Amino acid sequence: MNDDSPAGRRPATNDPVPAADRSRVLGPEEIRRALTRIAHEILESGHGADDLVLLGIPHRGVPLARRLAEQIARAEGRPDGADLTELYGALDITMYRDDLRSNPTRAPSPTRIPRSGIDGRIVVLVDDVLYSGRTIRAALDALGAIGRPAAVRLAVLVDRGHRELPIRADHVGKNLPTARNERVHVQLVETDGADAVDIVRPAAARPEGERA
Amino acid sequence: MKHFITIADLSRDEALEVLATAEHMAQTQSRSIRKLPTLVGTTVVNLFFEDSTRTRISFEAAAKRLSADVINFSAKGSSLSKGESLKDTALTLQAMGADAVVVRSGSSGAAHLLAHAGWIEQPIINAGDGAHEHPTQAMLDAFTMRRHLRPGDPTADLAGMHVVIVGDILHSRVARSNVLLLTLLGARVTLVAPPALVPVGASAWPCEISYDLDQALATGPDAVMMLRVQSERMVGGGFFPTVGEYSRRYGLSTARAATLPEHTLVMHPGPMNRGLEIAGAVADSPRSVIVEQVASGVFVRMAVLFHLLATDAREAPRDH
Amino acid sequence: MTTEHATTADTTAAEATAAAASAGAAGGAGSPAPLLIRGGRPYGEDAQDVLLVAGRIAAIGTDLDAPEGTDVIDADGCIVLPGLVDLHTHLREPGGEEAETVESGTRAAARGGFTAVHAMANTTPVADTAGVVEQVARRGDSAGWCSVRPVGAVTVGLAGERLAELDAMANSRAKVRVFSDDGKCVHDPVLMRRALEYVKSFDGVIAQHAQDPRLTEGAQMHEGVVSAELGLAGWPAVAEESIIARDVLLAQHVGSRLHVCHLSTAGSVDIIRWAKQRGIEVTAEVTPHHLLLTDENVRQFDAVFKVNPPLRTAEDVQAVRDGLADGTIDIVATDHAPHPRDAKDREWDQAAMGMTGLETALALVQLTMVDEGRLSWRDVARVMSEKPAQIGRDEDQGQALAPGSPAHVLVWDPRPVRIADPDQHASLSRNSPFAGLELPGLNRLTVLAGRPTVRDGEVVER
Repeated sequence: MNDDSPAGRRPATNDPVPAADRSRVLGPEEIRRALTRIAHEILESGHGADDLVLLGIPHRGVPLARRLAEQIARAEGRPDGADLTELYGALDITMYRDDLRSNPTRAPSPTRIPRSGIDGRIVVLVDDVLYSGRTIRAALDALGAIGRPAAVRLAVLVDRGHRELPIRADHVGKNLPTARNERVHVQLVETDGADAVDIVRPAAARPEGERA
Repeated sequence: MKHFITIADLSRDEALEVLATAEHMAQTQSRSIRKLPTLVGTTVVNLFFEDSTRTRISFEAAAKRLSADVINFSAKGSSLSKGESLKDTALTLQAMGADAVVVRSGSSGAAHLLAHAGWIEQPIINAGDGAHEHPTQAMLDAFTMRRHLRPGDPTADLAGMHVVIVGDILHSRVARSNVLLLTLLGARVTLVAPPALVPVGASAWPCEISYDLDQALATGPDAVMMLRVQSERMVGGGFFPTVGEYSRRYGLSTARAATLPEHTLVMHPGPMNRGLEIAGAVADSPRSVIVEQVASGVFVRMAVLFHLLATDAREAPRDH
Repeated sequence: MTTEHATTADTTAAEATAAAASAGAAGGAGSPAPLLIRGGRPYGEDAQDVLLVAGRIAAIGTDLDAPEGTDVIDADGCIVLPGLVDLHTHLREPGGEEAETVESGTRAAARGGFTAVHAMANTTPVADTAGVVEQVARRGDSAGWCSVRPVGAVTVGLAGERLAELDAMANSRAKVRVFSDDGKCVHDPVLMRRALEYVKSFDGVIAQHAQDPRLTEGAQMHEGVVSAELGLAGWPAVAEESIIARDVLLAQHVGSRLHVCHLSTAGSVDIIRWAKQRGIEVTAEVTPHHLLLTDENVRQFDAVFKVNPPLRTAEDVQAVRDGLADGTIDIVATDHAPHPRDAKDREWDQAAMGMTGLETALALVQLTMVDEGRLSWRDVARVMSEKPAQIGRDEDQGQALAPGSPAHVLVWDPRPVRIADPDQHASLSRNSPFAGLELPGLNRLTVLAGRPTVRDGEVVER
């Protein structure tokens, strides 16, 4: 999903947190390099792109999955602009969350599964931030309703720790130790107009748990 | 949205959001496993003071596909048929711990009363109240129309569309909800009925009213919705002289249907009187989306349940 | 008041003092102490003192002396009116004691400034015999909060099939003069004609509940834009107007007196106006709620707004206000219709029809008519006291504020504004549609036959 704030769907410009509390962790170039590395790791750990399906978790996991798919296609020597719709898709997990009743309703995003399905293929779930692991748990449940992959892997741009479930990522852009009261704020060109990962510390006066 | 009582309470954006969620639900229903865990642990009560098997099983299917538990509380053979009041029933449901109540009643305003009288705090969904409204029916009609008239665009409204609704407008909650929703979504609506079946005061509605079906069909509408005619009540009440005369003037016969443009949809909320308001051949023709309306009903009701139940005003931290 | 009047009053004051002294000497426990209402404005006009002695108005004038032992009420800035008379009250007893009793209903009436109410006949059993009307009148007398004049049913059991024994009721101790099947319409034209003819012999009047039953089968609210939207079965204006039109023509034809209950539509006002121009002996009443509320109030499906005839449109409200102002409508009558909570806590179409009104009636008339400049306080005395008493042929009530008149008096302070709260009402029922509204006025004092029944809005316990 996006960053770890319920306001994550809002554009970054609406973020009321003063810039002084924010520090840049990854810039555009670092993000690009991290994705390139992950793309190669994915290819190396499998048997090429044929059995591969990258499923991004809305919202920011979807553009990340597409970028990874493009990198993989390039590495495989496919021509630029080739149809990648069989290589990546989107997996909405809203209906599978276990915290729906304690969170504001969000309208579900579309799920798009490659036409050839996921049965017997290697599915790589792609998300921007790995935190408690509950999103991934929901994604695994959602996958189960769609088909039976040969294997499921997980790629994330940032792993910020604090897992609550026995889940780990296979491919990580950056391991980022954080405190629980900090926020990891991911921006992508496709959704936010710029590529950046910031860590946002709560202002001293802001009570724990209050969110903009 | 705390309750789902009347289309009049909805904004255009809210209506489109429910339709978008319904599209999502439709998508999940083509998967190998159709049951979603979304509402696991919640209890939805179907409180039906009026018999309506179709609507009840549609809500039941919607709730069950979202993993909610369903309790059916129907008039037949229960305390409801023994004169228990709406108030006592509501207090009972509150005490039983229902998470949402779907209510169907012959009394206009029953759902509103249940939502606002202070007897029960849970979300109330109107499954039809008297001749007032049937908002989920209107949503499923709009959903079905949009899929055919705006194919491939799950965010579209119905701007520019023309819908003709024919039949007993006076007693029809379906017509009232549809007039409100279709116009909210930008469509133009023409109601067609014999004058005695048009309510006094309907001239204030945001739609056109015609007494001439052929004239209305000649405009080449995008959809024609036929309403059920309860012939006993009609002829007995003197609303029209005979079923035959009604059928000749206001029935969608094969000949009339043949004058419609190819893309025009034929709809009916069911249950149909074949041969009365609609010819069997028309109901079964390729332009008929009557069976699809039933499927749409489940998606729309899943969406409504989702919006009312999978929410809370509190903002809690969201974990990854 | 003119100086001439004051002079006259002064002389009377001397006599009154003497009368008071003798009354005091008599010292009977049943005889109330003299009351001096100091500085109030009779009929809302110039300030005058009003002295009540031995159940009668003893004197009206400036600076009246208070005899020894006189209870002096400071009425500065208050309006002094003859005690109000309601021609249309449902006391529910016998049979509906869960909603109201004669005791509770007359306490409510007193709090509203009434000194007489006409109790409608739709009780259980129906007030269609001399026995029932006498029982109701007796209950009223023993309660003692206001005079209770029973209304007799026109037809046996309100069934609209055959005439009740009207003459027996008229000649009973209850001296019934007003007959009504209220709640139901005497819709059979022949029966209505016979009733109109029959009551001529004892100067009675038929008070018609004008509602064509066929045009209103299952009717739930005024038929119009709002009913169309809410999907509630309509109660068309024509169902009232057609009966009124028929009845005024019948009254003209047989030369009888007709009274039209709770007229509610603009068309009805036109028909009454036309009938009066033709010299037809017809009187008409409007309720306080039809002077204020409209069918828009139904939108929340709160059955406290369910009433018969139904709340009409804003244009109808305007028309009945105009009709009351220009005298086309003769009187305001409450149609006080108490119902137990369960009868209203229901789906709209299953809820009972009716609203309480006794304790808010004058406030509503002040709000909609006096404060709007449409009626003077002298007009209020006419439409809420004098004329209703005349229609009911009650010679004890609705008399002018003048020396010698029975001491049925209301002192009304028009200045305070309060939030209406049915929980504070003396009525057993809470179905007031005005709950939460800011209403003007306070009942400072109500006097029934010289004895205060209400002071500062509260009943005076004996």
